[in-house]
Amino acid sequence: MGAEGIGAAVRRKEDFRFLTGRGNYTDDINRPGQTHAYFLRSQVAHATIGNIDTAKAAKAPGVVAIFTGADFAADGKGGLPCGWLVKNKDGSPMQEPPHPVLAQGKVRHVGDPIAVVIAETREQAKDAAELIDVQLTELPVVGTMADAVKPGAAKVHDGGNVCYDWHIGDKDACDAAFKKAFKVAKLDLVNNRLIPNAMEPRAAIGDFDRATGEYTLYTTSQNPHVIRLLMGAFVLQIPESRLRVVAPDVGGGFGSKIFHYAEEATVTWASAKVGRPIKWTCDRAESFMSDAHGRDHVSHAEMAMDKDGKFLALRVKTDANMGAYLSTFAPAVPTYLYATLLAGTYTTPVIYAEVRALFTNTVPVDAYRGAGRPEATFLLERLVDNCAAEMGMDRVEIRKRNFIPADAFPYQTPVALQYDSGDYQATLASALKIADWAGFEARRVAAAKKGKLRGIGISTYLEACGIAPSAVVGSLGARAGLYECANIRVHPTGSVTVFTGCHSHGQGHETTYAQLVADRLGISIDQIEVSHGDTNKIPFGMGTYGSRSLAVGGTAIVKALDKIVDKAKKIAAHLLEASPADIELKDGKFVVAGTDKAKAFGEISLAAYVPHNYPIDTVEPGLEETAFYDPKNFTFPGGCHICEVEIDPDTGVTKVVKFTAVDDVGRVVNPMIVEGQVHGGLAQGIGQALLETCVYDENGQLRSGSYMDYTMPRADDLPSFDVATQSTLCTHNPLGVKGVGEVGAIGSPPAVINAVVDALRETGVRHIDMPATPSKIWALLNSGRRAAAE
Amino acid sequence: MPKVSLTVNGRAVSADVEGRTLLVQLLREKLGLTGTHVGCDTSQCGACVVHIDGKSVKSCTYLAVAAEGANVTTIEGLANGNELHPMQAAFKEHHGLQCGFCTPGMVMSAVDLAKRNSNPSEHEVREWLEGNICRCTGYHNIVKAVQAGAKAMAGAKAAAD
Ligand code: FES
Ligand code: FES
Repeated sequence: MGAEGIGAAVRRKEDFRFLTGRGNYTDDINRPGQTHAYFLRSQVAHATIGNIDTAKAAKAPGVVAIFTGADFAADGKGGLPCGWLVKNKDGSPMQEPPHPVLAQGKVRHVGDPIAVVIAETREQAKDAAELIDVQLTELPVVGTMADAVKPGAAKVHDGGNVCYDWHIGDKDACDAAFKKAFKVAKLDLVNNRLIPNAMEPRAAIGDFDRATGEYTLYTTSQNPHVIRLLMGAFVLQIPESRLRVVAPDVGGGFGSKIFHYAEEATVTWASAKVGRPIKWTCDRAESFMSDAHGRDHVSHAEMAMDKDGKFLALRVKTDANMGAYLSTFAPAVPTYLYATLLAGTYTTPVIYAEVRALFTNTVPVDAYRGAGRPEATFLLERLVDNCAAEMGMDRVEIRKRNFIPADAFPYQTPVALQYDSGDYQATLASALKIADWAGFEARRVAAAKKGKLRGIGISTYLEACGIAPSAVVGSLGARAGLYECANIRVHPTGSVTVFTGCHSHGQGHETTYAQLVADRLGISIDQIEVSHGDTNKIPFGMGTYGSRSLAVGGTAIVKALDKIVDKAKKIAAHLLEASPADIELKDGKFVVAGTDKAKAFGEISLAAYVPHNYPIDTVEPGLEETAFYDPKNFTFPGGCHICEVEIDPDTGVTKVVKFTAVDDVGRVVNPMIVEGQVHGGLAQGIGQALLETCVYDENGQLRSGSYMDYTMPRADDLPSFDVATQSTLCTHNPLGVKGVGEVGAIGSPPAVINAVVDALRETGVRHIDMPATPSKIWALLNSGRRAAAE
Repeated sequence: MPKVSLTVNGRAVSADVEGRTLLVQLLREKLGLTGTHVGCDTSQCGACVVHIDGKSVKSCTYLAVAAEGANVTTIEGLANGNELHPMQAAFKEHHGLQCGFCTPGMVMSAVDLAKRNSNPSEHEVREWLEGNICRCTGYHNIVKAVQAGAKAMAGAKAAAD
């Protein structure tokens, strides 16, 4: 490895601008003549919309225009598209109700946009919105999934509240295996609804150029090309060539900025109507009711075991909340990103899962850090602990017994996926050692002397990332393939720009990608710029989510680099009067093998652009190449997370006293960035387990609608982490990388809850739903005490 | 409209503002200092922290008119040209940032802590940062960065004295 190449903990190139306040986020951008948008949103969860009187508001100071859903419809524009369709058990299509950009006829959740006011200032737009008179006739509210399936329940959409009823696996074989079981472990559990809460609130600026007829949208997006495609083709119905989407610096995404949102379409469309740029920036309260939420599953799971504790079959029934409308990728999350992960790290030979997706009068739910995989992992790793309890077996032992052995790869699971590599015994052994699992009993005793309940929990998880092999996702219902694209432009004096279809919103691509190039071309990372997030610069791209940036985007870069090196060798061969086959690239120089004849990289690039001695008949001038890469398979990171907690029985407060994570992410390009990604994921996973949850009341009002009542993890809520990596290389991409963005959020929640349950075991507690808040634990402990006293 | 005059990053400025205009709006919208961010509307997140007369303050809950005559430092006023302030350098060295959105507020809070306590413990740093939310880093590296930055600031001060 070079000092800056693959494997080096290079400090990030992007940090200087972020640290000095020169980052360029969407809200930092202002266009000449800009106006401001404010969305009037529904305050009630379910109602029919009568007359909308905007006359008074239109006359308010500074107001430029007001639009409602009727204006959108009258203009012949479409609704927000759903990108992934799922089939019902019987093969019939799922219900795909319309998702108007601005509500038409009905509002279906608190926050559903009814109208948009465009004014000279944001304050004026907001003031004017208060003057709009909307006649709403309230309808009964479908607040929860339980409400949605009650007989006679109100309907969120005309087709009823079931979006789809899907299944995977072999039901008959599963039922048969259960009949033969020595023991069965059962578990009912909830995976709580979360709010992603990237620190940068969403924003969008629509800017129509009357001279050229081109639209530009600046937006807080993880995948600008996808937004251009969806908005251009489905909503506004204009050719891509007249639509530019720019996602500049983006302050975190975690999934919530993947999707195409109503506000983006509205400001882009309306900017042509008013003939001026329009900026919208949401405040935090607005983001709570307009960003897609995450998770929200209710499941019942059962594992059948033989007399040695070997898993025979897994049966799972899950209800997944879609919210009021289908967000872009929502149907895929509880199906192909969830149920296909239920084998986990284990050899369970038969699995059957049924998933019902339901509509409720709540904010739409879609992918959030991990998307489906945390839900699968939480269910499985909680259930495995119950299996151990049921068998009277050690929690580590039961895992070891059921692991897919290291020599069994590639491994075909019963739920569609084929894992390419992994070594679960190794990550487990390493984590047990770092966490000092063996010494825990002594620590438990010491804690007990101080009156504290100490527990330890383990999770040996697996995830699928590097989304996705296009043919596979297509056969699974995705309306688009998901390859990635890279364009590499070597400039005349040898500096390099990488144009990538991925998007960095904290992942450090500007550094990691530069390392890939430095490694291959032997030049300094100071000579390399990474450009992303602008559809006018980059050929195409699918963006960043599902930990795909390095496995898919990085591989596209490697493929483009191969082409660059190939062509550079031809130029070098000509300049050095040698055969291209004899040219080697060594330390940034093109050398005739076995001689000291060489040309520096900069000499080749100069020759390519300002040719006077150049093989122009056989090699075109210029040194720029594009590559598209479509992966053959997902990648499969996995690992072991161990959490140690101490609970104060007087207050119910849980403190994470130690957290160990050993993750197999394949080859590590920048260990510093990899560790940072793990830390962030752990914070979100521990946050879900102990603190965070989205709460609605029975009227569909969002109770946790601000940072005053949604508990974000703060510095003092979290420990320092012990993290380590282990590498079994991915076998089907040339870098051997697997992905790291989500592992922390996937592996940690069950480790935390398993630790909490372990701490409470003696009091009779067998399960606790997330978040394990102090009041919940205190109540559990006290009901236990009361029961004991009676 | 009331006029407000103050010093921002060593430069005398004045602007016409509304009574309801917040300091963060004055900085971002009138003065173009977009390094100070807005992450919430309940003064919980700390993305907007600046220094007023040397002390860290959430500029999203500070009326612009109340800053009359004050000496304000924002993230743009911290580095010396292209040379990072020791706290900024520590954040870079210890990978204390990812998306960078919370970072200006974090750094401004951290500098204030370091001025009060040149050798804060992990626990002291975590408590001090209660008002700053980061969704990306998990805080682990921020804590390390703040400790290192505080030491570096003390070292730089000792060298200067
Ligand atoms: S913006 Fe000031 S505290 Fe959040
Ligand atoms: S670095 Fe993204 S919020 Fe802190």
